[in-house]
Amino acid sequence: MSDITITGLTKRFDDVTAVDDIDLEVKNGEFLVLVGPSGCGKSTTLRMIAGLEDITSGDLHIGDRRVNDLEPKERSIAMVFQNYALYPHMTGAENMKFGMKSVSNYTSAEIDERVREAAEILDIEELLDRRPSELSGGERQRVAIGRALVREPDVFLLDEPLSNLDAKLRVQMRAELLQLHRELDATTLYVTHDQTEAMTLGDRVAVLNDGEIEQVDPPQLLYDYPATRFVAEFIGSPAMNILPVELVSDGSDISVHHEQFELPLPNADSFTAQPKSAFFGIRPEDISLARNVAGDVPTFEAEVTVTEPLGESLLIHCRVGDDEIHVKAAARSSIDPGDRLELGVDEERLHVFDGTGEAIYHSSPRGHASSDAVPTQPEP
Amino acid sequence: MATQTGPSSKSVLGRLLPEGVETEQVIVHGGLLLSIFLMGLPLLLALVMSTQNTTEVYQITNIGVGSEGLSNYQTALNQYGFGEYMINSVVMSVIIVVGKVTLSLFAALALVYYRFPYERAVFMFILLTLLLPVPVRIVPLFDLMARLGWGNTLMAITGPYIASATAVFLFRQHFMSIPASLVENAHLDGVGPLRFLWEVLIPMSKGMIAGVSVITFIYAWNQYLWPLIIISDQSKQVVQVGLRFLQAASQSGLTRWGLIMAGAVIALLPPLVVLIVLHRPLLKTLAIQQK
Repeated sequence: MSDITITGLTKRFDDVTAVDDIDLEVKNGEFLVLVGPSGCGKSTTLRMIAGLEDITSGDLHIGDRRVNDLEPKERSIAMVFQNYALYPHMTGAENMKFGMKSVSNYTSAEIDERVREAAEILDIEELLDRRPSELSGGERQRVAIGRALVREPDVFLLDEPLSNLDAKLRVQMRAELLQLHRELDATTLYVTHDQTEAMTLGDRVAVLNDGEIEQVDPPQLLYDYPATRFVAEFIGSPAMNILPVELVSDGSDISVHHEQFELPLPNADSFTAQPKSAFFGIRPEDISLARNVAGDVPTFEAEVTVTEPLGESLLIHCRVGDDEIHVKAAARSSIDPGDRLELGVDEERLHVFDGTGEAIYHSSPRGHASSDAVPTQPEP
Repeated sequence: MATQTGPSSKSVLGRLLPEGVETEQVIVHGGLLLSIFLMGLPLLLALVMSTQNTTEVYQITNIGVGSEGLSNYQTALNQYGFGEYMINSVVMSVIIVVGKVTLSLFAALALVYYRFPYERAVFMFILLTLLLPVPVRIVPLFDLMARLGWGNTLMAITGPYIASATAVFLFRQHFMSIPASLVENAHLDGVGPLRFLWEVLIPMSKGMIAGVSVITFIYAWNQYLWPLIIISDQSKQVVQVGLRFLQAASQSGLTRWGLIMAGAVIALLPPLVVLIVLHRPLLKTLAIQQK
């Protein structure tokens, strides 16, 4: 098993820069998820690691080998594709064996043994004699994962492997992938556009936007301490509310001024910069009805425009001045469009971003838990 | 619906039909049978005439099985060397089919799975050759064959047909419909292009290969003008030209149409067999061609 080290990796297609000078380290045995919107360069990054795309510039190391110029089969990687990429005219077992002869000098008996072992791990023994057309989506993806397992690679690369599955199966396969990763402890790089998948699967998650890495952190830290406004809005559903505000400092205290409210910020000394105008961020679940907030927390008023019952909670769309915010309230709250609400915020969970989108303040200081993760700051 | 309406609204035809059979269906089926009969008529007439003697053929009203039975067939095969023509035609057609499919598979492999400069221009150029079929090139081609010393040989009647823009086009379209991740996966496994062609592309293209083979076989089988010009030995001639030789055999000044029809029916059999055996993949291929 090996780690992956990427330094200054760049990919240009003619005049488009798909991946722009990214640095990333996937540690030995780690499950790292690359997440981002479509077109952010996450698949291109994975394909460069696999050797399917040439690297324009930068270095790629797997273990202690620089693999930039190595053929894919020499890189000791295995990849699982979104559309499974199974050969339709071969049975499951034949699919799993097909590449083995070229990759190394295994005897047929050794290959058979490995296929049997992989099938046992994935519980697909009874699928080995069937062709892909006789398998369901989930079964096909299991066979495709089996094909990767048989190779016993140093690194697993998975390119949106669950995107073609229906929602229920996706949840199930997610759990199976996690369990598989625990059993194998293999270095895994997983690409997805689905932030839920990223949060549930990743030991760490790297958020990509426009070919650049916005932040690399364990899921909870990513959620609690978004390094940029992009990460704040991308991770979490419904997305974080972002409101344009003025920062007003009064001695050692700093407060945010919005046309509808003023809010003093705790731990003002954790500000890293103090521009005049900024963006105030708060998650929908960190806003609550004022009557439910303990103590004398400042409140503000909002008008309900739409309510969406989500079952376990009620999502309320409100107007605050010219801005719209989302609030998560308890399910079965009797709130209707047109109502005026008195809202309060959880003071532990406030964020402020500067004009370039970088986080300059989190109301609860980031603990030591994140000290081993070095977030990569984007260019302003 | 004749069965659901009252007796008064039934047409004359409708009243004659047994319960449950609709007038409209009868008309549609009658029309279909008639058009099939009309389309099959030349073939039926050829079959009938091939059994008649020359006098019977010239009696327009005589459309029954003639007095010759199968003797016209025997004459064509034994006295006019049709067996030999058939063998020549089969050899020529098989070589053209195998050559064309093989070359076109490689060409399509290169076009779809390799990046090379002016790839599109190359493909356009291949399509452009469709504008210049063999009959248009007949004079320069004859000259070329003469210079190569291929005149009057099997090479001359097969060589010019090996390259085919149509087959390249069909294979290219088919390969492009195969997901890119399959070739990428093979690439990751270090599977070379030839192994990929042999073990993945060809098995996945069986239907297309069969379809192209049928089209090519029938096309090759029906070659007439080029073999007529380039083959000078009667013993090396193909069956379509052989048919022409039958016309020279006259009986008291009358063309022996019975004999010619027997020859035509013999010449028809191999493509018919190929067509019947491979009609399913052929239909699929034609469906792709229409897209």
